[in-house]
Amino acid sequence: MTALIYPADAKVRLELTVNGERRVGEAEPRMLLVHFIREVLGLTGTHVGCDTSNCGACTVVLNGRAVKSCTVFAVQANGGSLLTVEGLARKGRLHPIQEGFWEKHGLQCGYCTPGMMMAAYDLLQKSPNPTEEEIRRGISGNLCRCTGYVKIVEAIEYAAQKLRSDPSWRSGGD
Amino acid sequence: MFVIPDRFSYTVAHSVEEAVELLHTLEDSKVLAGGQSLIPFMKLGYASPKSLVDINRIPNLDYLDDSGESLKIGALTRISRLCDSELVAKDYPLIHDAALQIADPLVRNLGTFGGNVCHADMGDDLPAVCLAMNAEMVASGPSGQRVLAAKDFFVDRFTTLLASDELLTEVRIPKNRRGCGGAYLKLERRVGDYAIVGVAAQLEVDGDGVCRSVGIGLTSASTKPIKASEAESWLVGKSLSDEVLDKASTLAMNTSNPLSDIRGPAEYKKAMVKVLTHRALKLAYKRARGGL
Ligand SMILES: Cc1cc2nc3c(=O)[nH]c(=O)nc-3n(C[C@H](O)[C@H](O)[C@H](O)COP(=O)(O)OP(=O)(O)OC[C@H]3O[C@@H](n4cnc5c(N)ncnc54)[C@H](O)[C@@H]3O)c2cc1C
Ligand code: FES
Ligand code: FES
Repeated sequence: MTALIYPADAKVRLELTVNGERRVGEAEPRMLLVHFIREVLGLTGTHVGCDTSNCGACTVVLNGRAVKSCTVFAVQANGGSLLTVEGLARKGRLHPIQEGFWEKHGLQCGYCTPGMMMAAYDLLQKSPNPTEEEIRRGISGNLCRCTGYVKIVEAIEYAAQKLRSDPSWRSGGD
Repeated sequence: MFVIPDRFSYTVAHSVEEAVELLHTLEDSKVLAGGQSLIPFMKLGYASPKSLVDINRIPNLDYLDDSGESLKIGALTRISRLCDSELVAKDYPLIHDAALQIADPLVRNLGTFGGNVCHADMGDDLPAVCLAMNAEMVASGPSGQRVLAAKDFFVDRFTTLLASDELLTEVRIPKNRRGCGGAYLKLERRVGDYAIVGVAAQLEVDGDGVCRSVGIGLTSASTKPIKASEAESWLVGKSLSDEVLDKASTLAMNTSNPLSDIRGPAEYKKAMVKVLTHRALKLAYKRARGGL
């Protein structure tokens, strides 16, 4: 058998690309990705809301798709590529999704916002010109206790339009 | 408060054979697929396996292939892929309807077809789909491969026919033909929740609108996914008038034996099995005839 078995108390060395940079850190097998991101990588933009896979505050983009990082073990991300809210802006310029939330007042307390933005990122990669219904479905895994969602939907519509008119933001270049 | 799972050893399998060998050798091991049921269970302390075998890196276990006799779905196929597939949307509307109503896009990006059926909770939506479509489940174990009928696969709540060292590798669905159509209807408290009840219906009708074969699977209508067998056999040879639909949905209701829980009392769920069976059959019939 060639498979490597990591014992339950092992400190597994993880190497992954985080927001375009190579990062290394240690995690025991049971450590959840969200705790690795916050406590080991020190990126606290990703929030823990419910810790029971329901609220989406912990949403990050792992290997190109938005996932709930409280429902993935950190070891599973080894060798992968991770985008968190800290990786959205480029060279001091807000990402169009961030700009949309700013311009359209897509947040109140802001707790859900990083997760909302990462879910929106995945949605807009897949459908650059979404209808309102598609946006609402796209963020149906993300709960907001403040806004009532109307402004969040407007923020994502703003971002979609901006991304379509400015292709330099599209694909890859985190 | 953090909800931290108990400790476990972790290993990555790179092939089906390796996964089976690991499951066979390691003490108290479980397969980790999308993790969208297993990880919440481990966080809540409902499951505390001593070792996990991660199958996410096994190549070629994520596919939709209808080039042969059946639609073959690899066990690692993500639910999001079922939602996005044109083939599924066009030829297998029952699967498409169900996939779009499972959880939310984030959960669907990781959750797999295999994991949904192996978890086999009464509220998982794909078991009812497999029952309605008379799917075959392909499993690999230490003594080789075996093919199991969906109707035998779901033994009890959270329990399938798979042995602890067996891996589900593929689900085979009878290939779409002229005159086939299906629909999945689900009643939920809010978007993304598990079903209060759900009904999967799959029909094959002839040119006169007479049913040649009928499959009905029920979600959350018992402690395990069940088939409404009496309604199925009663419908064969009939055209679906409102009267016929009424009788069939009453039969399905009588087969159901739901639990009273946070999603509603048993009595209400039974009544809803009847309503949804009626509507699902009607929609499936329309789709089956529309395809003629
Ligand atoms: C918030 C939330 C809402 C949800 N809502 C719904 C819903 O409405 N409807 C619904 O159907 N589901 C729902 N789910 C569940 C989700 O769809 C399932 O988690 C998923 O489909 C199961 O697949 P998985 O790949 O994540 O399985 P895992 O969680 O990895 O595994 C589940 C079980 O199956 C076993 N297993 C997995 N793959 C195999 C295999 N190939 N061979 C043998 N054993 C295997 C595992 O050992 C484990 O016991 C929800 C989940 C969450 C977190
Ligand atoms: S913290 Fe992950 S879904 Fe709520
Ligand atoms: S802005 Fe407060 S939870 Fe969404």
